[in-house]
Amino acid sequence: MTALQAGAGRAAEERFERADSRPTGLLRSLAVKVGSALLTLLFVLVFNFFLFRVLPANPAKNLTRSNALTAAQLAEVNKTFGLGRPLPSQFWNYLVQTLHGNLGRSFLNQEPVSTLIGSRLWPTILLVGTSTVLSTIIGVWIGIRGAWHRGSPFDRTSTAVCNTLYAMPDFWLGMVFLIAFASKIAIFPTAGMHNPDGGGAGLAGTGDLLWHLALPCLVLTLVYLAEYSLIMRSSLLDELNADYLTTARAKGLRDVMVRRRHAVPNALLPTITLIMLNLGFVISGAITTETVFSWPGLGQLSFIALNAPDYPVLEGAFLLFSAAVIIANLIADVLLTVFDPRVRVA
Amino acid sequence: MTAPPATAPAPAPPSARQLSWARRRRALAAFWREFRKDRSGVAGLIFLTVLVILALAAPLLANSRGLSAALSTNPANAGPGWHYPLGTDADGRSVLTELIWGARISLLIGFTATLLCVVIGAVVGIVAGHYGKITDNLLMRVTDWFLVVPFLPLAIVLAKTLGPSLGVIIFVIGITSWPGTARIIRAQAMAVETRPYLERSRALGAGHTHQMIRHVLPNVMPLLLANTILTVAGTILAETTLSFLGLGDPLRPSWGEMLNEAFFTGGGTAGNQIWLIAPGVAIILVVLSFTMVGHALESALDPKLRERR
Amino acid sequence: MSLLELRDLAVTYRTADGRVPAVRGVSLRLDEGQTLGIAGESGCGKSTLAAAVLRLLPRTAKVTGEVLFRDEDVLTMRWGRLRAVRWAGASIVFQGAMHSLNPVQKIGKQIAEPILLHEPAVTPAAAAKRVASLLEQVGLPAWRASGYPHELSGGQKQRIMIAMALACSPNLIVADEPTTALDVMIQAQVLRLITGLVAERGIGMIMISHDLSVLSVTCERLAVMYAGRVVEEGPAHEVFTGARHPYAQALALAFPVIGDERSRLRPRGLGGDPPDPADLPSGCSFHPRCPVALPECPEVETALWPAGPGRVAACIRVRPDHAAASAAPAAPGEEAG
Repeated sequence: MTALQAGAGRAAEERFERADSRPTGLLRSLAVKVGSALLTLLFVLVFNFFLFRVLPANPAKNLTRSNALTAAQLAEVNKTFGLGRPLPSQFWNYLVQTLHGNLGRSFLNQEPVSTLIGSRLWPTILLVGTSTVLSTIIGVWIGIRGAWHRGSPFDRTSTAVCNTLYAMPDFWLGMVFLIAFASKIAIFPTAGMHNPDGGGAGLAGTGDLLWHLALPCLVLTLVYLAEYSLIMRSSLLDELNADYLTTARAKGLRDVMVRRRHAVPNALLPTITLIMLNLGFVISGAITTETVFSWPGLGQLSFIALNAPDYPVLEGAFLLFSAAVIIANLIADVLLTVFDPRVRVA
Repeated sequence: MTAPPATAPAPAPPSARQLSWARRRRALAAFWREFRKDRSGVAGLIFLTVLVILALAAPLLANSRGLSAALSTNPANAGPGWHYPLGTDADGRSVLTELIWGARISLLIGFTATLLCVVIGAVVGIVAGHYGKITDNLLMRVTDWFLVVPFLPLAIVLAKTLGPSLGVIIFVIGITSWPGTARIIRAQAMAVETRPYLERSRALGAGHTHQMIRHVLPNVMPLLLANTILTVAGTILAETTLSFLGLGDPLRPSWGEMLNEAFFTGGGTAGNQIWLIAPGVAIILVVLSFTMVGHALESALDPKLRERR
Repeated sequence: MSLLELRDLAVTYRTADGRVPAVRGVSLRLDEGQTLGIAGESGCGKSTLAAAVLRLLPRTAKVTGEVLFRDEDVLTMRWGRLRAVRWAGASIVFQGAMHSLNPVQKIGKQIAEPILLHEPAVTPAAAAKRVASLLEQVGLPAWRASGYPHELSGGQKQRIMIAMALACSPNLIVADEPTTALDVMIQAQVLRLITGLVAERGIGMIMISHDLSVLSVTCERLAVMYAGRVVEEGPAHEVFTGARHPYAQALALAFPVIGDERSRLRPRGLGGDPPDPADLPSGCSFHPRCPVALPECPEVETALWPAGPGRVAACIRVRPDHAAASAAPAAPGEEAG
C-alpha cells in the first residue's frame, strides 16, 4: 500500500475510535464536516497565496511574465495585484478576488484563468469519472474473487498482474499503448479528444468521442484497477477470520451467500472509503496521462502552464486540484457515516 | 611461605551488553529464517543487490563519456548493435549506458527522499504518540492537511518556484510523503507507550527524550524499516513522474528523464521503441522488488500478516 | 434412535508445524431432550468438538469417526442435506457474541435469516413476527430488531445469540461457553434463560464450559475432557461432587460453590499447564500433573473404564485391581488423602 492508503486507512480506523464522541444529530455532524472542509480550503488558499505571492523573490515577474519591467509598468502591476501593500491586505485582496472567481489572466493567451479552467473541466471529469467507475467495479470484483479463493491460480495470477501494474508509471503504460495501438496497429487515434475536423454532432460525434476516449481511459482504468483490487483483496482477507462468518455458515447458508451477504459488505466499507479518498488524487494524477494523449483537460492545461511557466494558471489549477481532494474527502466521510452503522449517530 | 598459586579466574558471567547482543543475534537469525520463506521477497532482495552493485560500478561498466551527446559517434535512433546492445537515443548515445548511469540518479533520489520522509515522519509520529493530547492533536492536524494537498500539483508548484535541481526534487518528494509514515509510526508508538517497561522507566525518572529514543524508537524500528522500504518504491515512482513532466535536473538524467526525452523529442513514438520501453521496464522491476521486499519484511515481523499474502 | 451420537470422533489440524491432534477419539451419546455438559480447560478440544458437530471446521482439519445426528452421519452427508440440518436440526450458541454477529446488519435481519432460509414458505412479515416473539422470550424488547449489534451490551448480545439459535426450533442446541465473557450476575441470568427455554421445548443441549460448578446445575450428565479425550463421564452432580478421575477432581475443586463455606475456605489449584497437543505425554496424558500418579501411568493406555452406575472414568485407579491403591476421592470441603 502507498503511504496514502496507509494514512487513509488509519483515518478510517480512527473514525471508529471516535464514534462515541460524535455530537448528536446527523445534520449537526454533517454541518461540522462541511465546516471542517471549508476550513481546510481556507488553509489551502493561504498556502497558495504564500507560495505564489510571498515566496518568490519577485512576484511581479511571476505574475506578468515580463523579464524587464519599466518602473511605470512595475507600478502598474503592483497596483493591480496590490503587491506593495502590507501582507494582510494583500491576502484579503487575493481572497476577495478568488471568491469572486477572478483567478487572474493566463500569460500565454491572456484569457481569464477561470474561463480556461472552466472549459477544461469537463474533459477531465469525463476521463477520470469513466475510468474510476470502471476500475472500481472491475477491481473490486477481482479483489473479492482473489481473496475468497486465496492461493488459486486466479488469485496468484491476478495478484501478480496487479502488483506489476501498480509498479508501473501510469504515463509509461500510456506510451506503450500509444505505440502499440495507435502507431504500430493504428486502430486508435494518437491524440486529442475529437477529430480535428469536427467529428460531427449526435451519434457520430459521440462515437468519435468514445474512440478518442478509449486509450486514455483504458490506461487509467488499468492502473487504478490494480490498486483497488489489491485493497479489496486485503480488506476481504482481513474479514475472512471473523466469527460472524462461522455463524453465517452454521445457519446453513451457501458459501456464495456467506460471502455476498456478510463478508463483502463489511470488507467493502473501508475499500470504498479508500477509493473515494483516492479520487481526489486521481484527478491530479491524470496530469501525466492527459499529457501523453494530448487530452484537452485540466491535466494538459497544467502541463502546458508548467512549461511556460504560466503562473496564474498554475495557481488556479493548484487551487482546483486541492478543492477536488477536499470535496472527495468530504464525500468519503459522509458515505461512511451513511453506510456504516457503527459510525452513524444513534 | 610461598604465595598462594595464582589460579585462573573462573570465566566471568556474560555482561549485560553481551547478553543483549546475543539476544539480538538470535532475533536476527529467527527473523532471517522467516523472511527467507517469502520467495518473492528473496528474489526482490537479490535483484536490488545486483542493481546497487551495477549502479555503484557504473564507471567500470560504461564509460561516462557515453553520456555526452556532443561526444557520441553512434548513429541516432539505431537498433541494438555491438557497441550499444539496447540501441541508441536521438543523440546517438547508448541506451544501456544511460540506463546504468540513470540507475544511480534514480536510486539516489529514491533513497535520500525516503530518508527525509522517514525521518520527518518518525519524529512526528513518535513525538505525537509520546506527548499525546494537545501536541498530538496539533501534529495530526498538520499531518491531515498535508494528506489533503494533492502530491503532483504541490510538487509542480514547489519545483517551479524553487527551481529545478536534484536537491529540490528530493526536498519536494520528502515533504509530500511523510504523512503516511507519521500516521503508521504514531499508531505503533501509542501502542508501545502503554507497555509496562515505559511506565517503569518513567518511574525511575527517565526524561522524555530518553524515553523516546531508548525505548519507543527501538520498538518502532522494525515497522519503520518495512515502511521505509515500501516508501522507496513510492518515491522512485514520484521522481519518475516529476522528471517526465520536465521538473527534473536535466544535467543528471534519471530514468524519468530518459522517458521525458524519449517521448517529447518524438523519437520514442516515431520508431525507437527500446529507448522508450527500457527505462519503464527498469522502473517496474525496481519498484516491484522494493515492494516485494517490503511485504516480506512486514510478514516476517508481524505474524498476523503472514496469512494474508 | 439417539439425538446425537459421537463415535470415536478425532480431529487433527494440519499446520505449518505439523499435525496437531485436537480431539483424539471421543464417543458420546445424547438422547432427545437430554442435557450434557462438557468441561475442560482451554485447549482440551471442546470447542473443536462443538464445531465438528455441524462440520464447521476449517479445511485444514482432518476429521475421522462418526457424528450421528438422528442416525445420519453429519460427516458424510451430502452438502445440501448438511445445510438443511444446520440450524434447523442443530444450532450453535457461539462463544464470544462480541464478534459472532455481523456488525453492519440489523439484528432482526440476522435472526430472521435462518427462518427465511429453511422455511421458504414464510413471508418476511411473518418472519418479523417470529423474531419479535423470540426477542420477547429472551427478555429483550421487540424494537431491538431494528438496531445493530454494537448498540447492545455483552449480556444482551448473548441473548440475541440464544434467540437466533431457537429461531428454527432445532432439536439440539450446542452452547459453547455461553457465559464466559459475561459478568457473574449476567451469567446467572443467561444460564437460567437457556436452561429454561431448553426444558420448556424439550430441546437436547450440549453445554461447553470450563466451569464445572455451572455445568453441574444446568446439565443432567457431565463429561470432562482433557487433551482431546473424555476422561470422565456420568451424572452431573455425581461427577462434580465425587469425581473419580484426578483431573476431574481438581477441576471440581477449582470452582468453589458460591455459598458453600467449606469450599470457599479451601480453594485448590492444579499446577502446571495443559499439555501441548503436538507433544503429548506418553500413556495417560495427565500423569505429569497428577497428584496421585502411579509408576505405571506413563505406560498404560487409558480407556474409559466403568466407575459406578452410569459412570466411566479413564483413570487406572478405578479398575478393580487398583482399588486398594486408590485413595478416597476428595470431595469439595473434605480433606484429601
